[in-house]
Amino acid sequence: MPMPEQIEITVNGTPVRVPVGTTAAVAILISNIFCRTSVRGEPRGPLCGMGICFECRAEIDGIAHRRSCQILCAAGMKISTDLRQDV
Amino acid sequence: MTSAAKTEVDTLVVGGGPAGMWAALSAAECGMRVAVADDNPEMGGQVWRAELAKTAPEVAGLIQKLREAGVQLLAGTQVVDQVAPGVLLAEGDGGASYLGFGKLILATGAREQFLPFPGWTLPRVIGAGGLQALVKSGLPVRGKRLVLAGTGPLLLAVAAYLRAHGAEIAMICEQASRSALASFGAALLRQPEKLLQALSLRKALTGIPLALNCWVVAAHGTVAVEGIDIWHEGKVKRIACEYLACGFHLVPNTELATLLGCRLVNGYVEVDEFQRTSRPGIFCAGEPTGIGGLELSVVEGKVAGLAAAGREKAARKFFRRRRMLGAFARAMDRTFALRPELKNLVEAETIVCRCEDVSYAQLEREVSWRMAKLMTRCGMGPCQGRICGPVTKFLLGWSPDSVRPPLFPVTVGTLAHSFSGCNVDDNQER
Ligand SMILES: Cc1cc2nc3c(=O)[nH]c(=O)nc-3n(C[C@H](O)[C@H](O)[C@H](O)COP(=O)(O)OP(=O)(O)OC[C@H]3O[C@@H](n4cnc5c(N)ncnc54)[C@H](O)[C@@H]3O)c2cc1C
Ligand code: FES
Repeated sequence: MPMPEQIEITVNGTPVRVPVGTTAAVAILISNIFCRTSVRGEPRGPLCGMGICFECRAEIDGIAHRRSCQILCAAGMKISTDLRQDV
Repeated sequence: MTSAAKTEVDTLVVGGGPAGMWAALSAAECGMRVAVADDNPEMGGQVWRAELAKTAPEVAGLIQKLREAGVQLLAGTQVVDQVAPGVLLAEGDGGASYLGFGKLILATGAREQFLPFPGWTLPRVIGAGGLQALVKSGLPVRGKRLVLAGTGPLLLAVAAYLRAHGAEIAMICEQASRSALASFGAALLRQPEKLLQALSLRKALTGIPLALNCWVVAAHGTVAVEGIDIWHEGKVKRIACEYLACGFHLVPNTELATLLGCRLVNGYVEVDEFQRTSRPGIFCAGEPTGIGGLELSVVEGKVAGLAAAGREKAARKFFRRRRMLGAFARAMDRTFALRPELKNLVEAETIVCRCEDVSYAQLEREVSWRMAKLMTRCGMGPCQGRICGPVTKFLLGWSPDSVRPPLFPVTVGTLAHSFSGCNVDDNQER
């Protein structure tokens, strides 16, 4: 089976290589970090995976609060999450 | 305010899942000018997501037929408001756009029902369909240990999918009772095609422990889920896992129908035999009329598309099949109805509204959804109550109040279009 083409993005400044077709939410999950910090300061990650719950919000290419599960990674994309703590 | 693009068609379909795609094709084949708007990056809806559309010949073929029939496929287009009769406002990557139509078919599908329990807000506690969607969009699960908990056939379908992608399924916890499932089995026997699906699923799941009368009571972990407690046969048992996938059946997406003034009965959009809603010229097909699964959505889509094109006689040909599939859907609803014990999983400090971090204790003090919104901000966050609304309906018996535009958070530019409208003076009552 041919390997899917890989692209490089950064998650909180760290370079990550992902196959074409990977969403930003997945890039965050495989980096072992979470997406956002809740009103009371709890870590949160994707819940619905389909654009409804807004739990996967992250800053993507400088725009805050984007639903990372609905956005495909593009070469050079910069994803930043609220907190840099490991999951 | 920048000017917005405008699409003008005879029949507009909102939702590009099985119901919407078949509605569009049926109407287009009758000579109508048709467009389909869907908020996802690609057409397909919940079952036929990107990965499948590329590989499954059936779906690829359908998309090809839609193109040949001249249907405009507006992917990445989220309908957020009605700005005038016959004109919807949508938002997409390219900004705001107006969608003008003669007839409208709502095929907005369903989402998963969630239920709160201590620890359900931990990262890696994910919806069952949600986890499947993440795997379809690249999440590797090979070698990961996971548990599926909740109810309904979706749990099994997702478990089979995840196993095929290398996941180790520690357990499937189904809340329905053995007796409920036995009568469902009888309904299955009357539907050869469903039975075959069930049998092939059973084969795909060989060796995975499936516990009935069983549900998750808590999830534990410091930053993400590390283990869960399940209730089974009178005992609490701890299971280690790296993901917990939960799904407590489905909730119809009725927000747009409600915004347009279509009548709802028991939470579903009311339709007649031609899938006509209570609003003239507005049809509805698929999950919003009742959770029925793929085949029923397809048939309802065909009826709606033909009826919207004025071909009532052709539409009648599908009534028999629709009746049969509808009976099966009702049997499913009965079998997988949520048991009352699940209402007791929340503790006082359990978060119910995840957007605003509102706890169960805060909500218990309120008398209605409306008061809870005012006093606690429950349902006021970006999901606009799509997750906590169905939860409070189950836990506290609240019904959501009217729906307010925009249906989803939008950019300021789109909001400006929403306020100004196309023709604000003949804007209809909301
Ligand atoms: C997560 C999940 C997984 C599922 N997996 C299976 C499965 O494996 N097998 C099975 O038989 N059934 C499955 N189902 C059940 C599924 O609902 C039906 O089988 C089938 O997808 C229903 O088709 P539909 O066309 O009615 O709705 P959907 O397929 O849900 O399509 C509706 C579409 O409308 C879009 N939409 C909604 N509102 C708007 C708006 N305002 N603007 C623009 N677009 C909008 C949605 O994003 C969606 O793409 C699943 C359901 C869910 C929620
Ligand atoms: S995971 Fe729910 S919106 Fe992205």
